Amino acid sequence: MDPKSWIRAKARISPYEAIFWIAAAVIPFVFFENYLSLAASVAVTALFCISLDMILGYAGIISLGHAAFFGIGAYTAGILSARGWGEPISGLLLAAAVTAAVGYIVSFMIVRVQHLALLMITLGLSFLLAELAISFDQFTGGSDGLQGIDTWKLLGIWKFSLWGHTAYAYALATLFVLFLLARRIVHSPFGLTLEAIRENPVRTTALGAPNHAHLRKIFTIAAAFAGVAGALLAQISETVSPEALGFQRSAEIAVMLILGGTGRLYGAILGAIIFMIARDQISGFYLQYWYFWIGLILILVVLFLPRGILGGLERLARLGRRA
Amino acid sequence: MNSLETRNLNKAFGKLVVADNVSLALPQGARHALIGPNGAGKTTLINLITGALRPDTGSVQLNGEDITSLLPDARVKRGLGRTFQINTLFPQLTPLESATMAICERDALSGHWLSPLAKHGAAIDEAYDLLGRVGLADAATKPTRDLAYGQQRLLEIALALASSPKVLLLDEPAAGVPKSESAALFEVIAGLPEDISVLFIEHDMNLVFSFATSITVLVQGAILTEGPPDQIAHDPQVREIYLGGAHHG
Repeated sequence: MDPKSWIRAKARISPYEAIFWIAAAVIPFVFFENYLSLAASVAVTALFCISLDMILGYAGIISLGHAAFFGIGAYTAGILSARGWGEPISGLLLAAAVTAAVGYIVSFMIVRVQHLALLMITLGLSFLLAELAISFDQFTGGSDGLQGIDTWKLLGIWKFSLWGHTAYAYALATLFVLFLLARRIVHSPFGLTLEAIRENPVRTTALGAPNHAHLRKIFTIAAAFAGVAGALLAQISETVSPEALGFQRSAEIAVMLILGGTGRLYGAILGAIIFMIARDQISGFYLQYWYFWIGLILILVVLFLPRGILGGLERLARLGRRA
Repeated sequence: MNSLETRNLNKAFGKLVVADNVSLALPQGARHALIGPNGAGKTTLINLITGALRPDTGSVQLNGEDITSLLPDARVKRGLGRTFQINTLFPQLTPLESATMAICERDALSGHWLSPLAKHGAAIDEAYDLLGRVGLADAATKPTRDLAYGQQRLLEIALALASSPKVLLLDEPAAGVPKSESAALFEVIAGLPEDISVLFIEHDMNLVFSFATSITVLVQGAILTEGPPDQIAHDPQVREIYLGGAHHG
C-alpha cells in the first residue's frame, strides 16, 4: 500500500460533488425561478452552517452563540451600506475582517473552557451582543432593524432585483468559493491536527501540539466565515434585525448541522437545504407546528442516525456496495 | 550530562505527600524501571516530569536544561515523549493519520492550513514506516477504535516515537495486554532505539527484569532504594514491601 495515495484519496473530489454543484447552479434557475430568494437564503445558511462545522465538527468546539458572528457580519455590511458604501464584495471583505478580529479576541476565552462552561459563554456572548444591537439604535436601528441599506450592482453590472437572480448567483458563488477554502483547510495538516484535538486533546498536548493556539486559529477563521454569511444576508435582504445574532439563529444552525451530519462539510450544506426548504413548505400551512416536526425529526436523527443524515446515507451506500 | 534528572521533587495535595524529595538521574540510553506498590506515586512522578503537574519544590532537567517552568507541549518539543497507562488515542482517526499528525506537529507543519496534507509526502512516508516498525502496517488505515487492544498499546508507543523523543516515559506499556499479544509488545520495547533514554513504570516483573538495567523502588512518594535488577531482586526490604507482599496490583 502507498500511504500517500490513501491520504490523497481521502481528499479527492468525487463525481458526486461535481454533480451537486452543477445541480445547485442550474436547477433553481431553470425549474424554480419563483424560489430564487429562498435558494439564496439557503446558500447563505449553508455557508453559516459550514462555519459552525469547522469549529464543532472538526475542532470539537461546541457553540450555542455562533450567530453572534453572523450578526456582527450582517451589521458591518449593513451599516457600511446604509452609510453610503453599497459595493457588495468590499462589504463582504470588511465583514470578514471585523468578525475575524472579534472572533480572535473572543477565542482567548473560548479555548480556556469546555462542555457546559463553553455553552454558557457562547450563549452569554450572543445575548450580550443582541442587547448591544438593540441599545445602539443610532447605528443599528434598534429593535426595528437597520433601514436604508442599498446594495449596489454586483461588479457594477448585475442589479439585485426582486426576483433574486443576482442574489442567488452571488450567494452561491460566495458559498462555493468559501466551501473550496474550507475543504482545503480541513484536508491540510492543520485540519488533521484539529481533528486530533477533537478526538483527544490530552494526547495532542503529549505530542507537543499547542492546542489553544490551534483552536484560536480555527475559531477566528470560522468567525470570518460566519461574518461573510451574515453580510450576504444583509446585502441580499437589504435589512438587518437583532434576530440576526439571536439565540434562535444559533440554535437553528446547530440543529441543521446535526441533522445533516457533523465533520464532513456537505452535512452542513445538506442540513441547511433540508431545514430551510422544509420550513418554507411546512410553515406555509402549519406555521405553529413547525417546531413540533423539527423537534421530532431531530430526536429521530440523533437516536437512529448519530452521524446525521449524510452519515446515514454513506452507511447505506457502503451496505449497497457490499451486497 | 544526564538525559533526564529530577532534583528533590516535592509535591503534596493537602496533607497527602505524593512526591517526597525524589531525585532520579537517567544517563543517555538508560533503561530505567520505576516500580512500587499502587499509590506509591509513580504516575504522579511521570506527571511532574511531563509538566501535567507542577512540583511544590524541586526541578526537572532535560539534557541539562531546567524545564520545570515549561508547559507540557514545550517539553515535548525539547524531546520528552510519553505513553499513557490508559490508551489515549484518536478513536476516529486511523493510525496513519495519527502518526502523520504527530510528525507534522514535530516538524512545525501543523500550522499549515492551505497546503494539502498529501503534499507532505515525507511526513506520511515516515509515519507509515514507523507503523511498520511496530507491526501496525496492516492496520494503518483502519479507524483506531476498530484495532485490537494490543494493537492500540503498540500505537501508544508509535505515537510517542513519532515525536522523536530523546527521553521516553512509558507508563505501564503492558497494562491489560493479553498474553497472546504481549510478545509483539515486548519485541517493540526491546527494539527501542538505543540512544533514547527510557523511564518506564511497569507491574509486569518479566518486562521489568528483562529490559531494565536499573530500577528505582518508590514507596509512599519517596525513593526506597535504587540499583541494578539483581540487587533489587535480592533486597530484603523490597521483597518485604513489594515483591514478596501479598498484594501488588
